[in-house]
Amino acid sequence: MHKADSEYMWYELEPGCVIIEPGSSRKYHTGDWRAFFPVLKKERCIRCGICWIFCPDIAYQKDEKGYYIVDLRYCKGCGICVRECPVGAIRMEKEKEI
Amino acid sequence: MGKHLGMEVSFAAAEAVKLSNVDVVAAYPITPQTHIVERLSEYVASGELDAEFVPVESEHSALSLCVGSEAAGARSFTCTSSQGLALMSEIVYIVPALRLPIVMILVNRSLSGPLSIWNDHSDVMSIRDCGWIQLFVENGQEVFDHVMIAYKIAENHNVLLPVMINMDGFILSHMFEPVELMEQSDVDYYLSPYQPRFVLHPDEPLTMGAYAMPTLFTEAKKAHEEALLASYTHIMRAWEAWGAVSGRSYHPVETFCSEDAETLFITMGSLSETAGEAVRVLRGQGKKAGILKLRLWRPFPFNDFLRSIGNAQRLIVLDRALSPGGPGGPVAGEIRSALYHLENRPQIFNFIAGLGGREVTVGSFLEMFVSSLSGKAFGYRIFGARG
Repeated sequence: MHKADSEYMWYELEPGCVIIEPGSSRKYHTGDWRAFFPVLKKERCIRCGICWIFCPDIAYQKDEKGYYIVDLRYCKGCGICVRECPVGAIRMEKEKEI
Repeated sequence: MGKHLGMEVSFAAAEAVKLSNVDVVAAYPITPQTHIVERLSEYVASGELDAEFVPVESEHSALSLCVGSEAAGARSFTCTSSQGLALMSEIVYIVPALRLPIVMILVNRSLSGPLSIWNDHSDVMSIRDCGWIQLFVENGQEVFDHVMIAYKIAENHNVLLPVMINMDGFILSHMFEPVELMEQSDVDYYLSPYQPRFVLHPDEPLTMGAYAMPTLFTEAKKAHEEALLASYTHIMRAWEAWGAVSGRSYHPVETFCSEDAETLFITMGSLSETAGEAVRVLRGQGKKAGILKLRLWRPFPFNDFLRSIGNAQRLIVLDRALSPGGPGGPVAGEIRSALYHLENRPQIFNFIAGLGGREVTVGSFLEMFVSSLSGKAFGYRIFGARG
């Protein structure tokens, strides 16, 4: 999408609301749903990639040193990575109250 | 021109689906729809029809499968009745929102309960607001013709909406009638191969059926409704083009003896034939009676309807479905709305008749006519209920 949902007129929608631009969901930042966010303790991390495999939002990406780093634009704060991490390297912290 | 044959109307419907060269048929058998899909499965098995026939495990799956095949660019067909429609109703609403030009024949049968296999319109009225183009046909020839017409309308890129053809269960589906078939070359001339607007294909990824936030949902609904309203012109053109090929022409509202009529019967589907006989009897007695048949139910042809009622003072509206605890039958409700703004509007006599296969005879229409003459307009009556 080239503009926000709320800017579209009804006649500007494709028939059937088909989205012809692939990968446009990347522009939808679901991170602001979050109440808790994951924090990685690198000295404990064994770089196994379990968090990357289990993350339901594909929010983890591998960095150049092989660590899996969460992209907070997409992380909804579900905590599955914390639950699945075999060495307890991730913990959840509460977001600040707005 | 094609051959004239006496044949079961269900078989004529299957013949029309074959002539339309569909790619996919997905259906689950349910009385009284069964003969249509049985015959189609035979056509596919014998190689007469080059299509995938998928004997799915439910009607929910039948229409879901058609969504997938149509999205992949295949001309798809399904067919059901009553409980089958109820089971697939979730998907019925999704098809027009995705603007997929699927064609479905709904062989009208009452919804349970009590359990019944016989005809009325309670099934189609349960999904009235689904946003499909909805047609009612009167006899076997109209069933046959409207399969090709439906694909012509649906697949037009200015339309891209599913079309539902309503035919009365048993009264039409299991009746032997004279039908004029069409040559394949004439059908091919009328109906071009399906050119989808969007296709699901890995080489050109796109998304169908995405979630709509509250900021977009209203616009999506508005776009759908505008498409349905705009389909009217293309429905008219598809009928005109069919007239040129077949010599048979159709209109959103058909009339019989309506020009000088003081009383008009308003009917849909096969009841129109019986009403025609009643009008002949009444005209023989010098009574100014006529019929107005609604062929196009969605989009509702308000202008054609208002033009066609002329100077009639009494409208006898037949409903084959009841809206319990409501304002009467669904057809009469819409007609009252259509007339509300007129200063001199005719009186409405709404009869709920023909429920669950109860016969509506020429005599029934004559009885309705007499009670409309003697009384004032009333909300509605359940015709023929004993006691």
